[in-house]
Amino acid sequence: MSFINYSSREINCKIVYYGPGLCGKTTNLQFIYDRTRPESKGKMISLATETERTLFFDFLPLSLGEIRGFKTRFHLYTVPGQVFYDASRKLILKGVDGIVFVADSQEEREDANLESLDNLKDNLIEQGMNLNHIPYVVQYNKRDLPNVMSVDQLRRMLNPDGVPDFEAVASQGQGVFETLKSIAKLVLVQLKKAK
Amino acid sequence: MSQMIMYEEEHRQISFLLNKLYRETNGRACYIVDKNGQLVAEAGETRNIDSTSLSSLVAGSIAATGSLAKLIGEKEFSVLFHEGKDQHIHVTLVSGGVILVVIFDNRTSLGLVRLRVKKASDEFNRVFINLTKKVESPKAKSPFSEITDDDIDSLFRDDDIDKLFRE
Repeated sequence: MSFINYSSREINCKIVYYGPGLCGKTTNLQFIYDRTRPESKGKMISLATETERTLFFDFLPLSLGEIRGFKTRFHLYTVPGQVFYDASRKLILKGVDGIVFVADSQEEREDANLESLDNLKDNLIEQGMNLNHIPYVVQYNKRDLPNVMSVDQLRRMLNPDGVPDFEAVASQGQGVFETLKSIAKLVLVQLKKAK
Repeated sequence: MSQMIMYEEEHRQISFLLNKLYRETNGRACYIVDKNGQLVAEAGETRNIDSTSLSSLVAGSIAATGSLAKLIGEKEFSVLFHEGKDQHIHVTLVSGGVILVVIFDNRTSLGLVRLRVKKASDEFNRVFINLTKKVESPKAKSPFSEITDDDIDSLFRDDDIDKLFRE
């Protein structure tokens, strides 16, 4: 749920990075954090296990400039990808304004991608939302690995509706900002529609 | 999609109540945070506390606790108390979707904080009920009514937005 604050002249929106375990959601946020100017970002919080797997969420606040005197602030969250953390994923989806689905391009993660996408749809429906009606983009990550599926295959499987999609190597930053800019723009356009 | 809107008038009322609570509890700092982790207002010694992180973590904590409550068949746990060695955090669900946070140390007591928070909760409730009515009123305006597609496009012009990110 976006939050428009007339007092501080701010528009706040929530973007959630979703996807199977180890697909690179935290890596996306970490790269954005590392490469964003200090004045445009807040502290990045990672609630992770001792083995650096996301336990609850990662959080990164970002400012992306002003529109008509209103600062646009985006709160980026990741969900824990591991299957058994579903209760946490449901909580993080609450009030979401836009979703990035990060897919792992490796062949052996085909089932995990599909399972995660189904889980996303189910969790949204449980909250009265529908993936077809909220800003949504797809990122095919890990394009640098040798055993990846083709983008066409991934697209057929994960993006039959043809939402904006991006190839990425999040560990090197490839595709990370393109994905972020695309979802941030879609969120603002949607807010304008919903005014 | 629903939106939360905070107008200047209600923000003034909330800040007034929050400052009053800060003085009456003798706490260190007080915050109003929405359930999605957005900071609404703050009062007291807030300078050394990262309020954005605090808001997100408090909302996460309330969300997790709410699920725990449902798990055992309880509607909600409306109060959370984190006790530290020197500092403590008292978190209360005020009114639909709003969280009141008081950070305090040994200059005051949990009993006093609890008492003042309970009294203040009713006052905050009234403001938020009025705010909800105002937001839902057909006359409510959103800044997006004036924002054009070109405004949004200009924010995402490559040369402008890329300045935020280092090479």
